[in-house]
Amino acid sequence: MSGPTARRLKVFRRNKLAVAGITMLGLLVLFCFAGPLVYHTEQVLTSLADSKLEPGVNGHPLGTDDLGYDLLGRLMLGGQTSLVIGLAAGVLATMIGTLWGTIAGYAGGWVDAVMMRIVDAGIAIPALFLLVVAAAIATPSVPMLILVIGLVSWLVPARLMRAESIALRSRAYVESMKVMGGGSVRAIGKHIIPNAIGTVIVNVTFQIADAVLLVAYVSFLGLGIPPPAANWGGMLSEGLTYAHDGAWWLILPPGLLIVMTVCAFNFIGDGLRDAFDVRFEGR
Amino acid sequence: MLDYHHLSITFGDVEAAKAVSFSVRPGEVVAVVGESGSGKTVTAMSAMGLLPRKAEVTGEIVLGGRNIRQLTNKELRELRGNEIAMVFQEPMTALNPVHTIGWQLVEAITLHQDIADPKQKAVELLTMVGLDRPEQRLKQYPHELSGGMRQRVMIAMAIACDPKVIIADEPTTALDVTVQAEILDLLRELKDRLGTAIVLITHSMGVVADLADRVVVMYRGEVVEQGDVEDVLIRPGHDYTRRLLAAVPRLGSGSRQAEAATEPVLKVRNLVVSFAGQRAVDDISFEIGKGEVLGLVGESGSGKTTAGRCTVGLQKPTHGSVELFGQDIARLSTRGMRPLTARIGMIFQDPASSLDPRMTVAECVAEPLVLHKAKNHKERITELLDAVELGSVTRDRYPHELSGGQRQRVSIARALALDPDLLIADEPTSALDVSVQASILELFLDLQRRLKFSCLFISHDLAVVDMLANRVAVMHKGRIVEQGSRADVFGDPREQYTKRLLAAAPVPDPVEQRERRVSRG
Repeated sequence: MSGPTARRLKVFRRNKLAVAGITMLGLLVLFCFAGPLVYHTEQVLTSLADSKLEPGVNGHPLGTDDLGYDLLGRLMLGGQTSLVIGLAAGVLATMIGTLWGTIAGYAGGWVDAVMMRIVDAGIAIPALFLLVVAAAIATPSVPMLILVIGLVSWLVPARLMRAESIALRSRAYVESMKVMGGGSVRAIGKHIIPNAIGTVIVNVTFQIADAVLLVAYVSFLGLGIPPPAANWGGMLSEGLTYAHDGAWWLILPPGLLIVMTVCAFNFIGDGLRDAFDVRFEGR
Repeated sequence: MLDYHHLSITFGDVEAAKAVSFSVRPGEVVAVVGESGSGKTVTAMSAMGLLPRKAEVTGEIVLGGRNIRQLTNKELRELRGNEIAMVFQEPMTALNPVHTIGWQLVEAITLHQDIADPKQKAVELLTMVGLDRPEQRLKQYPHELSGGMRQRVMIAMAIACDPKVIIADEPTTALDVTVQAEILDLLRELKDRLGTAIVLITHSMGVVADLADRVVVMYRGEVVEQGDVEDVLIRPGHDYTRRLLAAVPRLGSGSRQAEAATEPVLKVRNLVVSFAGQRAVDDISFEIGKGEVLGLVGESGSGKTTAGRCTVGLQKPTHGSVELFGQDIARLSTRGMRPLTARIGMIFQDPASSLDPRMTVAECVAEPLVLHKAKNHKERITELLDAVELGSVTRDRYPHELSGGQRQRVSIARALALDPDLLIADEPTSALDVSVQASILELFLDLQRRLKFSCLFISHDLAVVDMLANRVAVMHKGRIVEQGSRADVFGDPREQYTKRLLAAAPVPDPVEQRERRVSRG
């Protein structure tokens, strides 16, 4: 064993589910980003004549949707948006929430009160409402969706991290650092956040999963990134419209991919949490 | 009554108990002593049939003629409470906080007995364990009672069904000495009155000397010695027992004198700290001179820790002043306080929580050096780890990979990193085993003599303070009731409370302890 990084890698590799998660994610990324290079399809011009073809018909392995787009190609394209937005927005939300929550919890008193009332107020306003407002103001694009989803979903991690911070700030090692003359920045950056890293990482994975679904909601309301762009959530919700027609291939594949993504991130989060826990010796 | 016969218990590849054999006769107190990890608790618990499933057990445990290991779960349940009962270390967690004392007692009674009026029986039990106003107590919740009273309730629950054997797992460890003395008296009285056999699990030789008839000494899962309490404690046969006894700090072994008064490094004046209107620290004043060790002793809730926290600015005083090196810390800004923090070090009680679990030993020790931008970290860390007698192999280990004693050595190294003029030590050895405590105290004494730092040593253990301090201040209910040189306070106490405290501390000699008990009345 040499260095903490090597040790972390070792612990991570020992977690079979985490390795499975990484593999799944790798395959998903490969599918979405490298797939279109091999499997060429028309994803801009609609072809209503080919609307809702069953899998296998006319050289469409997974059939086509209501506008005649090839579903397999569309899954690849949609995955790019879903993965990018999910990952970026999830990380952004957790970062904001972590900082906000730890500072509030560590500071305590009126600072905490004010910061947490802001969080309460934010939670009282439905995220969807904010998304709708944002979409009405500006044309939705990938960066904008990342920003908006990130800015509406940091509230829950903020609450979680505040609780962690309150528990950790009274630990003797934080107090002993204060006695040594250390300040709040070091307390938060060097002691509190590293010791709450398990919570942070598990949170990121949830946030990513949530962000993928949020993109789906906005698309469902017609406020997502305008067509011909696609995303899995949007495909799923559109597919649901044709459920009574028996068009199962419009629902099952995107649904499955969303579940796979969420699971993959959760498994990875689990493995990362163990890897960052210095006490972890393998169970 | 209760026989352990070649009992071995293993967890995976860890042998917690190796061929342990001893027996307990009716009306007898057998003390199982040993340090943490000696297997004493696991051994005793096995008689309740309460071992985790992954434990592999061989050998026999015979209770009242029946081999416990052959009983079904239903029979075991029947046994527990009825024939064998348990008193735990921490009565607060062993009692259910959402139910009244009465509810829990009645439950314990009706579990095994069909009594027409269980409430009446509960009142009788509480009277028996010496609680006043038992009818009212039944309506109270655990948090409304003091630690000693809760332990009395636990004992009342344990004797509810007249068990033949009571297993008491460190029953007084969480209690203050004066309360401990009362609980030990109660256990003795109950044993005589009810003829109950008691298996007393403890690490305290003083408690053993006070209560036990026979002693079983365990070390790393093995019984190294057993016999009558007089034999084992006065004429120990095994080397380990001898070492254990030698490690127990004894009152009256201190030799340090009060030093001539110098310019004080720490001056506390009329300090008051109130929490929600309650005065935790009530108008105390003391000073510590250069190179002097002041022992601040008191029981839990006496305010000694709060007073210690005030001296380093972790707690703001309600009134009064704290002067460090001639500067009133209340008048200093955070920035103004910084140069002072380089001159003080602090050691906390629990070394497990005072070291960041995510930092290596070297990083922990380096923290004050980093904070105060000292140079040559590497050499200094090596020097410090040498000073606390930790090998360089521990450098890159994490706190959880160290033993309790090693962790406390790291804490000491960190506290001394900047060569402080003043050290605040809050119960630095009370979470450690006696033999480890002895080595840490020795180290501490040696370092103090060498480096000549001043020290505020906060402890509930009079014998430890006796060993280290030049002067002693005794705190009781937020006030300093007595203050003076070590020799005066311990040798010739003036205050009633100090006398009581000194009398209550058990000594690890059964003969002497008996005399002390008699003279205590």
